[in-house]
Amino acid sequence: MIPELGNFALMLAAVVAVMQGVLPIAGTLVRNPQTQITLQSLARPTAALQFVLIAFAFGALATSFLNNDFSVLYVSQHSNSLLPKPYQFAAVWGGHEGSLLLWVLLLSLWTVAVAVFSRSLPLDMVARVIGVLGLISVGFLLFILTTSNPFERLLPAALDGKDLNPLLQDPGLVIHPPMLYMGYVGMAVAFAFAVSALMSGRLDAAWARWSRPWTVVAWTFLTFGIGLGSWWAYYELGWGGWWFWDPVENASLMPWLVGTALIHSLMVTEKRGSFKAWTVLLAIAAFSLSLLGTFLVRSGVLTSVHAFASDPKRGVFVLIFLAVVVGASLTLFAWRAPRVALGGRMELVSRESFLLANSVLLVVATAAVLLGTIYPLIIDALNLGKLSVGPPYFNAVFAPLLVPTVFLIIPGSVARWRDANVREIAHKLRWTFAGAVALAVLLPFVLGGWSLGAAFGLFLGCWVALGTAQQVILRVSKPGRIGASFWGQHIAHFGMAVLVIGITGVKCYEVERDVRMQIGDVVTIAPYTFRLNSLDEVRGPNYKAVRADVQVLRNDKVIEILQPEKRRYFSSAMAMTEAGIDSGFMRDLYVSLGEPLDDARTEWSMRVYYKPFVPWLWGGVLLMVLGGVLAALDRRYRQ
Amino acid sequence: MKKVLIPLVLFMGLVVFLAVGLKRDPREIPSPLIGKPAPHFTLFTLEPGDAKFSPVDMQGQVWMLNVWATWCVACREEHPVLVAFSEKNQVPIVGLSYKEIQPQDPAYKSPFDEKLKLARERSQVWLKRHGNPYVTSVMDLDGRVGINYGVYGVPETYVIDKAGVIRYKFVGAMTPALLAEKVLPLIAELNKS
Repeated sequence: MIPELGNFALMLAAVVAVMQGVLPIAGTLVRNPQTQITLQSLARPTAALQFVLIAFAFGALATSFLNNDFSVLYVSQHSNSLLPKPYQFAAVWGGHEGSLLLWVLLLSLWTVAVAVFSRSLPLDMVARVIGVLGLISVGFLLFILTTSNPFERLLPAALDGKDLNPLLQDPGLVIHPPMLYMGYVGMAVAFAFAVSALMSGRLDAAWARWSRPWTVVAWTFLTFGIGLGSWWAYYELGWGGWWFWDPVENASLMPWLVGTALIHSLMVTEKRGSFKAWTVLLAIAAFSLSLLGTFLVRSGVLTSVHAFASDPKRGVFVLIFLAVVVGASLTLFAWRAPRVALGGRMELVSRESFLLANSVLLVVATAAVLLGTIYPLIIDALNLGKLSVGPPYFNAVFAPLLVPTVFLIIPGSVARWRDANVREIAHKLRWTFAGAVALAVLLPFVLGGWSLGAAFGLFLGCWVALGTAQQVILRVSKPGRIGASFWGQHIAHFGMAVLVIGITGVKCYEVERDVRMQIGDVVTIAPYTFRLNSLDEVRGPNYKAVRADVQVLRNDKVIEILQPEKRRYFSSAMAMTEAGIDSGFMRDLYVSLGEPLDDARTEWSMRVYYKPFVPWLWGGVLLMVLGGVLAALDRRYRQ
Repeated sequence: MKKVLIPLVLFMGLVVFLAVGLKRDPREIPSPLIGKPAPHFTLFTLEPGDAKFSPVDMQGQVWMLNVWATWCVACREEHPVLVAFSEKNQVPIVGLSYKEIQPQDPAYKSPFDEKLKLARERSQVWLKRHGNPYVTSVMDLDGRVGINYGVYGVPETYVIDKAGVIRYKFVGAMTPALLAEKVLPLIAELNKS
């Protein structure tokens, strides 16, 4: 009964979404003032009703999971009676159908947030924004109802479920999809604002000002979501990597890059009234790339480590939806932009020009990632053969584009609006520059060997860190209230610096040993010694595992005991690696179990890694998230 | 006016490619070897001793060659499918143990005899644990046979006809659906001729 109620709520939600998408926008087009207000006022209540209905459907699915109702096909495929309760709940978004339900739930949540926090906006603007969000919701609800219904029954019911993919049975992965989706879906709000502005013909500072906090919040979620995914891959996949240039990772990186450009471009549009067309285009692009990511992930056109069940019918639906949404908005752009986007002039050297340069670099980097991601598809479509594009391409193309982007952060934030002077900027930053160069030359010796790559990466990181610190110190020493957005900006930039130093450190100084070990064997990565003490069988709620006990010694003293595990889950017989990691401020010690090499399982292949600076990667991401939160909380946006 | 149309035009181009791409399966990799005789080889088999296997031994019957290794993660996913398939006895499956001892393995530089012994041991242990779908498995330690067959990624599966000609190749883990829809009909047809 509960699944049927959920299904019914979802159908009602689709009907309400159609009303939410059509009526308020119609209200902005009719002549009669009374009808105008009546129709436009429908935006908020329909949005609220839609949220309630989708939340009900989501609750119904979650209840089916927690009740172990294996007569629901989706539940039987993604849960199991032995699965711990928190994971049974998280299993709601452990598969395709449920994650789409989460998608629309979050979309309706964002829409309600817009409805609540838009008191200062003119009614017609609210009507358009909520209307556009409603139309997007219609598309996704139809997608769910026609091709991916999570409430489908399985008759006769299964005795027990097939269990949640063991890879997903992990706290990091429980919150990774919701965070990532909050980011993707949040870009829909920026998109809705941009499309509404195009529709109304009012592409002004007020529009940019309204869009900014929403975009920043979406960006913050996206940053956190990507960071979580990377962190999870690092400790769960068992080979110590944290970024693989997998198509699905790229699908999340592209909206992030464009979103970053959008945040900065919106600032220029708000402050100086320029780049209007560019900013609108970025807003459209950020959401389009989120949709494209959905297409790539859900249709199975590309091979990826994220093995989602793919279905060509779904691919066709998403592609048509993508073509309609993006095609319509780009047509609207082509039609309206020339008239509404006449913006201010710009001097060659000014904060605007630096921000524009960065924006362009980020977009080019996005294009490079996009090209690498879909290149196999294009080549195949042209009948030129099958190929795959790997990390060497991405590293070779991405790094040269991101290096100038990161470098320009500092001059860009020091330069004045409208008209700046290169000499003046150079004068202001000369000691910072010298300091960064000095650190870049000296630090590699301390870290264990000088190389040009290390020095260059460290220079870039130190340059941003010192430049940010300089600006903060100068500002703090002056009187006057400092807004939250000032802290947000500089903390996020500092996070970028930490991330760059982290990436450089890991790439240049990591030591990886793949060895075979028996009990009592020792591996040394100076100054650490790893000793395999014992191998034990342990039991979890729904798995059995071999747990190794690895002592880490430094100067003959035990400083840590690592316990990597190899788990075998009962329901799927899939083997999972749980790495043993000791995190310090400067480094991780990483041990994971490979495969048993003999019958008695006393000898194992093991990975013993020394990973410097890995904690800095997560630290950098968290600082960026903190910066995003502070920027969004700035008082200016709440007036 | 024209400049603002650029994004739309670029996007339309992208949609065309995506639409065409939707009809292709990225894992179906064409092999120039299809329709050609299976490359010849003679290799030691899994069983201890000097027994060797060559494709000529299978002349006159339709058979499958499955490339695998104990270090291969996708093989573990595929394996239960193969084991269940082999229990129906519809077609003999020969395993090709591909580069069992990887370059990062400490045993990689040992003499051939030791490597062979170690690889055999490991493979036996693995097959005992996961089930053995193979009539026999051959040891391609240095991967040379793999090169001749154009092995792209492990696991891979080939269907070879009575005359020793490769008829089908699949890269990646076999699925029950693929076996039922593509492989079995092909085998039935090849068995008739």
